[in-house]
Amino acid sequence: MNTNHITSLHIRSVPVLDQDEALDFYTSHLGFEVRDDIDLGFMRWLTVGVPGQDTSILLELVGGPQHDETTAAQVRELVTKGALGGLFLTSSDVHATYAALRDAGVEITQEPVTQPYGTDFGIRDPFGNQIRINQFNDASPGEVQEAYEGTTAP
Amino acid sequence: MGRPLSAQEDTNRRMLRARDEMDRRYAEPLDVPTLAAIAHLSASQFGRVFKEVYGETPHRYLQRRRVERAMTLLRQTDRPVTDVAWDVGFASLGTFSRTFSNVVGCSPTEFRARHAPVAVPSCFIAAWTRPRERAGPAGAAGTAFSEKQEGVDAD
Repeated sequence: MNTNHITSLHIRSVPVLDQDEALDFYTSHLGFEVRDDIDLGFMRWLTVGVPGQDTSILLELVGGPQHDETTAAQVRELVTKGALGGLFLTSSDVHATYAALRDAGVEITQEPVTQPYGTDFGIRDPFGNQIRINQFNDASPGEVQEAYEGTTAP
Repeated sequence: MGRPLSAQEDTNRRMLRARDEMDRRYAEPLDVPTLAAIAHLSASQFGRVFKEVYGETPHRYLQRRRVERAMTLLRQTDRPVTDVAWDVGFASLGTFSRTFSNVVGCSPTEFRARHAPVAVPSCFIAAWTRPRERAGPAGAAGTAFSEKQEGVDAD
């Protein structure tokens, strides 16, 4: 039973090195919509999201109020090395999404490949963040686990 | 607005593109000049800069990537070990077996046997096959390989 009253994942932060460039990439190439673009004085609160879906992404400028200069430099290093996390998106037509992004010159890290859970491919945003885009098949979680482990969960 | 990339950040970004190329084409013969061109570096600079950024040589990174893929194939398929070696880009079974043992700590055949499908709960299997602390020469994996300047994947 959920006793802490948390109801959803509302916003997830993605570190970016230029918010204008990030806004262009996530809206023009990925089709996200702007949710908030607010000048808070100490930072620009810029969130985007997939139309029709509640969860937003905070395009968070590295070096904002939460980072001292040394930490910001370290985070920038990690972002540009591709060492920080990423996003996992879904598509209703993964091959069409792949073709559109490829033709637009987006960095492709992996062409579409069939996986136990569907078909997915990988891209990077302009700063090095990994994004994977997947079209799920009809496999159940148990079937996916069985494909990887050769056995099913108890 | 953000500030322009520093020289090091720009280098990181270019090396990431080269590493992504290795990830994308891990099963193909890869050569240093091709990867260096992606990173806008000379072939002689590439290995050194890659190691500065990622802490290991491109050769070692490619080996680990191939072994990782081989682990999946050994678990999910019943393809002969020799075929798996070829599938992931190794040109000889001997090099594959040696590299696999160096990275994973056991031979491909032993790995497959440990991860064969068993009709018991997966949590039990996980506990049973949990990696143990490795000691001795096998633990000093990265030092056993020298970078080859022409072929990143040269065996």
